[in-house]
Amino acid sequence: MNRSVYLDHSATTPVDCRVLEAMIPYFSQDFGNPNSLHAWGRKARQAVDEARDKVAGLINADPAEIIFTGGGSEADNLAIKGAAFALKGKGRHVITSATEHHAVLHTCEWLGKEGFEATVLPVDGEGFVKIDELERAIRPDTVLVTIHFANNEIGTVQPIDEIGALCRARGVLFHTDAVQAAGHIPIDTKTLPIDLMTMAAHKMYGPKGVGALYVRKGVKIEPLIHGGGQERGLRSGTENTAGMVGFGEAAALAMERLQKGEVDNERRLRDRLIDGVLERIDDVLLTGHRTKRLPFHASFCFRYIEGESLLLRLDALGIGASSGSACTSGSLEPSHVLLAIGLPHEVAHGSLRLSLGKDTSDEDIDYVLENLPKVVESLRAMSPYGKKEVARHV
Amino acid sequence: MYSEKVVELFMNPKNVGRIEDADGVGTVGNPVCGDVMKIYLKVENGRIVDVKFETFGCAAAIATSSMVTEMVKGKTLEEALKVSNKDVAQALGGLPPHKLHCSLLAEEGIKAAIEDYLSKSKADRAGVDNKKESEVTV
Repeated sequence: MNRSVYLDHSATTPVDCRVLEAMIPYFSQDFGNPNSLHAWGRKARQAVDEARDKVAGLINADPAEIIFTGGGSEADNLAIKGAAFALKGKGRHVITSATEHHAVLHTCEWLGKEGFEATVLPVDGEGFVKIDELERAIRPDTVLVTIHFANNEIGTVQPIDEIGALCRARGVLFHTDAVQAAGHIPIDTKTLPIDLMTMAAHKMYGPKGVGALYVRKGVKIEPLIHGGGQERGLRSGTENTAGMVGFGEAAALAMERLQKGEVDNERRLRDRLIDGVLERIDDVLLTGHRTKRLPFHASFCFRYIEGESLLLRLDALGIGASSGSACTSGSLEPSHVLLAIGLPHEVAHGSLRLSLGKDTSDEDIDYVLENLPKVVESLRAMSPYGKKEVARHV
Repeated sequence: MYSEKVVELFMNPKNVGRIEDADGVGTVGNPVCGDVMKIYLKVENGRIVDVKFETFGCAAAIATSSMVTEMVKGKTLEEALKVSNKDVAQALGGLPPHKLHCSLLAEEGIKAAIEDYLSKSKADRAGVDNKKESEVTV
């Protein structure tokens, strides 16, 4: 009988039942507007404040440094546009990297139309930004560097401390998109030189549509959404109380998992998966760094086959995964991340991302290791490529 | 996203493989673009008696390969040349707009294999004619 093995946690995670339980009262029981002065409003305000405390606690920030947003993309936009416009009198140059999420890359591109200039740094074969290249790219008119904490497709975790230290030494603001990393890797804003940081609730077992931007005290940014002045004037709009409560609960649970070392189990399972795939399947490439990667993340490129086919065959077996293949995006170009790390198109087409979760078990990994080689083999058997390397079993 | 027919043929494609002594072979597409189809034909008396395919590509590419091979099997070369990408897409219950190029590859793959067959048989005929002519002159 087929199992159901969800290995697409980088895309989104299920809402933890404890998170859902915490949210439910704020839909129809404690439904007040946090901006109202009456008892209903005060109860909602208290819930939002507590949620802010918990999100701040996850990254050792002060609650006043947390701005709730409508998700990770909005937080990225607020950080990048907000900082650029606040500092446009000082300079109009921003720096990013080629493997960023589109929420960052497209925002930097958009700034280009608004009189700014964006430098997009290349990365090495494992997806790392080269510190010396960043150093050379920083100019007197550079106002912001935005480099993600960890990549969503290949899992590589950047040397954030070095990047942040360089930015600080050069007097440039540093934003990091930590959507994939927050809640999974310990992040301490009191020790890491980060000025702005993006997080999203749904990547850590919270609800979709809620994000947060950490804004270090003293950093000035311009708001994108004007209105009632909520979120210290940086994100107007009636607060999504239930969503924020859910984010707060998810952050508290993530903190607990980090403290208990539960992430170590995910890392162990990730390594079992990576080793198993590399041992059992020929002509496969691990993308990203072997160890300096997200603890729950494994990504590969399988030669001679195409990612969407792989994905759908796995789906038929109850395994949920994702791919940076062109065919999954509706574009003719494979993922910009895979191309940026130097993979040829035909190899990048065969990508597969398997991202584990807190409930992933050894049995789940066994099931994938038992079935993935068969799926790869059957697709290769109908491919006109790689005949010498692969057996034919259709 | 995909019709039931596409999914069915993707999961259980027909005519997969190669014909070692094929009379015509056509390869279309480019691995850089992510879709390559290789079609093998066996032809007897101007009729396609066997056809197989090998495809590097997505579910739509595999399903269209399977469908077009089924559609041309048993047909005369003239009839097979009339099978269009629209016929293939229609037989599959439609394709998403960005996957229509797969049906075009299927049409082009059959055409390329037939052209290969025709060029080979033309060369063979020319060889036979030359031989006959040389026999006469000697």
